[in-house]
Amino acid sequence: MDLQELQTLAEREQEILDAPCIRCCTVGGCLSANALAVKEQIEVEIATQALNPPIQVRGVGCMGLCSRGPLVRLDPTGILYDQVTPEDAPELVHACHKTLQPHLPKALSNNAPLQPSSYQPRHHPFFTLQHPIVLENSGHIDPKEIKEYMAQKGYLALYQALYDMTPSEVIDQITQSGLRGRGGGGYPTGLKWSTVAKMPPGQKYVICNGDEGDPGAFMDRSVLESDPHRVLEGMAIAAYAVGANQGYIYIRGEYPLAINHLETALRQARKQGLLGSQIFESSFDFRIDIRIGAGAFVCGEETALMASIEGKRGLPHPRPPYPAESGLWGCPTLINNVETFANIAPIIRNGAEWFAGIGTDKSKGTKVFSLAGKIQNTGLIEVPMGTSLRLIVEQMGGGVLDGTAKAVQTGGPSGGCIPAHAFDTPVDYESLTRLGSIMGSGGMIVMDQATNMVDVARFFMEFCMEESCGKCVPCRAGTVQLHQLLTKICEGKARTEDLESLNQLCEMVKDTSLCGLGKSAPNPILSTLRFFKDEYLTLMHNEGSGDYHPP
Amino acid sequence: MDGKPHPSGDQRFRVLEATMKRHQYQPNSLIEVLHKAQELFGYLERDILLHIAHSLKLPPSQVYGVATFYHFFSLTLSGRHTCVVCMGTACFVKGAASLLSTVEQIAHIQAGETTQDGGLSLSTARCLGACGSAPAVVLDGQVVGYQTSEILGQQVTQMMDHSQSKVAT
Repeated sequence: MDLQELQTLAEREQEILDAPCIRCCTVGGCLSANALAVKEQIEVEIATQALNPPIQVRGVGCMGLCSRGPLVRLDPTGILYDQVTPEDAPELVHACHKTLQPHLPKALSNNAPLQPSSYQPRHHPFFTLQHPIVLENSGHIDPKEIKEYMAQKGYLALYQALYDMTPSEVIDQITQSGLRGRGGGGYPTGLKWSTVAKMPPGQKYVICNGDEGDPGAFMDRSVLESDPHRVLEGMAIAAYAVGANQGYIYIRGEYPLAINHLETALRQARKQGLLGSQIFESSFDFRIDIRIGAGAFVCGEETALMASIEGKRGLPHPRPPYPAESGLWGCPTLINNVETFANIAPIIRNGAEWFAGIGTDKSKGTKVFSLAGKIQNTGLIEVPMGTSLRLIVEQMGGGVLDGTAKAVQTGGPSGGCIPAHAFDTPVDYESLTRLGSIMGSGGMIVMDQATNMVDVARFFMEFCMEESCGKCVPCRAGTVQLHQLLTKICEGKARTEDLESLNQLCEMVKDTSLCGLGKSAPNPILSTLRFFKDEYLTLMHNEGSGDYHPP
Repeated sequence: MDGKPHPSGDQRFRVLEATMKRHQYQPNSLIEVLHKAQELFGYLERDILLHIAHSLKLPPSQVYGVATFYHFFSLTLSGRHTCVVCMGTACFVKGAASLLSTVEQIAHIQAGETTQDGGLSLSTARCLGACGSAPAVVLDGQVVGYQTSEILGQQVTQMMDHSQSKVAT
């Protein structure tokens, strides 16, 4: 494949893409809401009606508004229909046909007429406040068709990097863009790349961390299901920049569809000569293999993840040496999150300045969040860094189902709970850390007044206790002790002195654990102690007071 | 591609052998091979673990260690029907704990156990990534969302009855 071929393919595909089309989300939440049957029925309906001009039907990736699925969009008008059932197919096809031939009479239907969704992408804040970069193709292209990705300028950035830039120029662009690791830590991506690039030439690896273990987070799953080529392209550019020829994608075994789409994508990219040897007929070789996780949260930690790729138990090891110096099989290894890699191609294509112009002073670009919990609109959103929590929860999320929000939990078991009075905080790495939480991978769970915060802290501690790999004592024993203390508090058997030991134990586990799991495990307790101490105090056992039963 | 036949004549060993061969019997392919073995046999029997250890030239202790470290691998046979309750944060906030206790009461088993007649296995998941339809449950491999104790209770009772009638016939 050369540039000419790529562009011809892209142009031809673009014409097909612009034609009238009914696009059905067939991944993630919509899939579990019977989306496949909807798509099949629409296809049957089009075939029986034998329309002229013909209407295409395509299965696409996530459209974002997961709680209203299955979602169907009529293109090119962009009208969205939600909670579609297979019975709606005749009316949908008619509606699509009508947009092409406005004089068409109204459909005859015994059922209540099908109404377009009240969430129109052009008007509803859930969509209008978004800034899609990572998700730009999500919901628009068929993830199983490499040509559709090419039509959206796919693999153009890889070509640009290989032919117009030196590896160090690529790294400079990433550094200047200000991109930081999207897996949670927020380490500057350019710095990580240049550390690996500076290591002496030899065997180097690039790893994509798709072990999305945080409960309540499904951004990586969605990106891999909806636009897998974007991640592959990002990895290939990274490999070129740091001088690696082998890559691994480590993905959770719980995501069979994402694995399936990735395998398809890899096969297609290899066939087109965009992965493997002599990519774009250059001297650059890069292979990618998939490694499927087997259900261990600790494998999201980079050193544990590498142990797992080596076929061992996922036990972390102390850093330094960092993976950049001595990683997989002792070789220099670049390890980034799915979303980080998904940002690479647009940065190369549009330039570092464009990316650096989005977001805040220290946190550039956008961040994908999975908005869930007791909130009206659940789903995936991508907003510029610095957007306030209030805007996300109240306008985009449509507020709490009934009642008011009490807190938002970010960062999963490593993060904390941000109380409603701090909702004006801009979402960026530093602000969230100041509030005792972390950006994390992007899970955002909204909690209402009925949620007991001590119970939430216990829930996360139970998680950490079970997921602790057992290598270091502070985490292995500390999480058990913390869980016991929290249970004691929840059962109303604790005394005020126990809060002091809870606090001390938290600090100890935080300071002395070996890896990120243990170091951050006390965060949910510390943040709830900080903002919701009264909930702990009401649970204290005082003489004469009755037993308390948590909800 | 095909591996050599297993003395037992079990065709599934052939597939397993082919998988190991594709990975060139590399010790680092252990997790991939275990995934395949569990897919083929449903669970990881002791003999299979020993067979894999021998083929990949790994000490049995390491194979056993890996198989027991990861939640995905099971060393016991699961029931004819499975129910997995998602305990992710979004589901938890929306009452997954009460869903779990409903099933536990109906089936008289705890999460991670199988009923005595082998009809139903109950387990929990960390997060299915189906937070949009929380609380979610996986019944026999199908993700179903928006569960309540009543709906789930009925479905689980049906699954158990169905499984018993199967045994009876």
